[in-house]
Amino acid sequence: MTLTDIRPTVRRRIARVGSYALFVVIAIIVALTANWPQIGRTFFNWSVAAQLWPGILRAAANTVLYTLLSFVVGLLLAVVFALMKMSKGPFKWFAVVYIELFRGVPALLTIFMMALAVPIAFKFKFPGGTVGGGLVGLILVTSAYTAEIIRAGIVAVPQGQREAARSLGMSHLRTTVTVILPQAFRIVIPPLTNEIVMLLKDTSLLGVVGATMMSKELTLFGRDGLTTYGNSTPLIVAAVFYLIITIPLTYVVARLEKRMAVKR
Amino acid sequence: MSDVSTKMSSRETPVPGAAPIQLVGLHKRFGDNHVLKGIDLTVDKGEVVCVIGPSGSGKSTLLRSVNLLEWPSDGKVLIEGIDIQDPDVNLDRIRTRIGMVFQSFNLFPHMTVLRNVTIAQEKVLHRSAAQAKSVALDMLERVGLSDKADAHPSQLSGGQQQRVAIARSLSMNPDMMLFDEPTSALDPELVGEVLEVMRGLAAEGMTMMVVTHEMGFAREVGHRVIFMDDGVIVEQGAPSEVLGSPRQPRTQAFLSKVL
Repeated sequence: MTLTDIRPTVRRRIARVGSYALFVVIAIIVALTANWPQIGRTFFNWSVAAQLWPGILRAAANTVLYTLLSFVVGLLLAVVFALMKMSKGPFKWFAVVYIELFRGVPALLTIFMMALAVPIAFKFKFPGGTVGGGLVGLILVTSAYTAEIIRAGIVAVPQGQREAARSLGMSHLRTTVTVILPQAFRIVIPPLTNEIVMLLKDTSLLGVVGATMMSKELTLFGRDGLTTYGNSTPLIVAAVFYLIITIPLTYVVARLEKRMAVKR
Repeated sequence: MSDVSTKMSSRETPVPGAAPIQLVGLHKRFGDNHVLKGIDLTVDKGEVVCVIGPSGSGKSTLLRSVNLLEWPSDGKVLIEGIDIQDPDVNLDRIRTRIGMVFQSFNLFPHMTVLRNVTIAQEKVLHRSAAQAKSVALDMLERVGLSDKADAHPSQLSGGQQQRVAIARSLSMNPDMMLFDEPTSALDPELVGEVLEVMRGLAAEGMTMMVVTHEMGFAREVGHRVIFMDDGVIVEQGAPSEVLGSPRQPRTQAFLSKVL
């Protein structure tokens, strides 16, 4: 009997059992060969983890705060830049340059620039010091990306929607605000979710411009823990906190999207 | 927001006795494509003009020129005697007087049926919410859909959506209505309910310009039928003449295919 003599359903079942078996074998080999005491001491040291409490909460709250702040301000700017880019005349070119600049330059460089270079050059301080400046940099970067997302959403709204609104006597601006943008937002919820998750992780870049005890976010908190305790557990704890934030967020957005889909 | 003012400036006041729609020497080019080649057309008050012709003949472009969804390359559009291409004329204000119904309905999908019918009344005509709602319910009643006020457009059939679109236009109390192939996107069994509403409008004396493939409607309801081909009006006249005994060979050829 050759392989082709077996019925397709049976063959599929054998293949599935086979891949699970392979997975189990690899897991057993790893479990037997790994240096568990070493891994435990370095990454899952409970006495170190316990000492991170409750400072880690402040760091997590900061991460969420920085994410929301830059997302909301970035989104408002993004709508403005998206509309500017879709207009005609000088505003269009300003938006094009803005978007290309802040999408093309590394976020880290923009953050350094706003946190350190610009305040020194012009002798002023952003509110919130270097972290405040870094946040401004992050807002510039996310608004450029989000502007392109919003623009894609606006383009995806059928032309007939604008025509119907205009033929009812709505002005260009009224049409955009009342008819086009609400539909564009519904269309771009998935890429916006993506952007907010990316942004959440990019708040870790703020750590490089320095922060006080009170303004640290998760990654800097983890790294400082690493040096303080000479142990990697703080990094793992920080990673877990990121997941505690991102996974429910993705879930909530998926629910929101479903609810809006029914209405459409 | 730069909505039109409730005050009507003298520039938008209808000229007494002027025809609702008057197109003079209208040309439209899309790049090298010459879609309208000099159209002269006057639609009188209370008249129902049906525009027929093969696809690509320019009939939709002609209709869309009336409220300047398409800006003519040359020629004049006069609405109730007003040159609406004049930059000093508030076009948004004029458009409230020209209802338009589209092939693809174009209801706002993120709003309820009721909101679809009240939004422009409130935001453009600045009617109070209560007043707008009362007008909207009257209009929905008139198209037989008052029970669907709280539904979303996606929950309606194509015929129901198109009737809501008509109610939405009527809620602005337009002086004339433009229909751009209003039944072409509908399943055959849903065409009748939309034509019925349009028939009612015509009977009440609404000035109507209808681009259509419904020859039965054109014959029965139309006061005048216009046959267009290749960007020009080839033939026009009473429905019985144009549809019954066309004089032009192009009209005869077209009708022999569709009738």
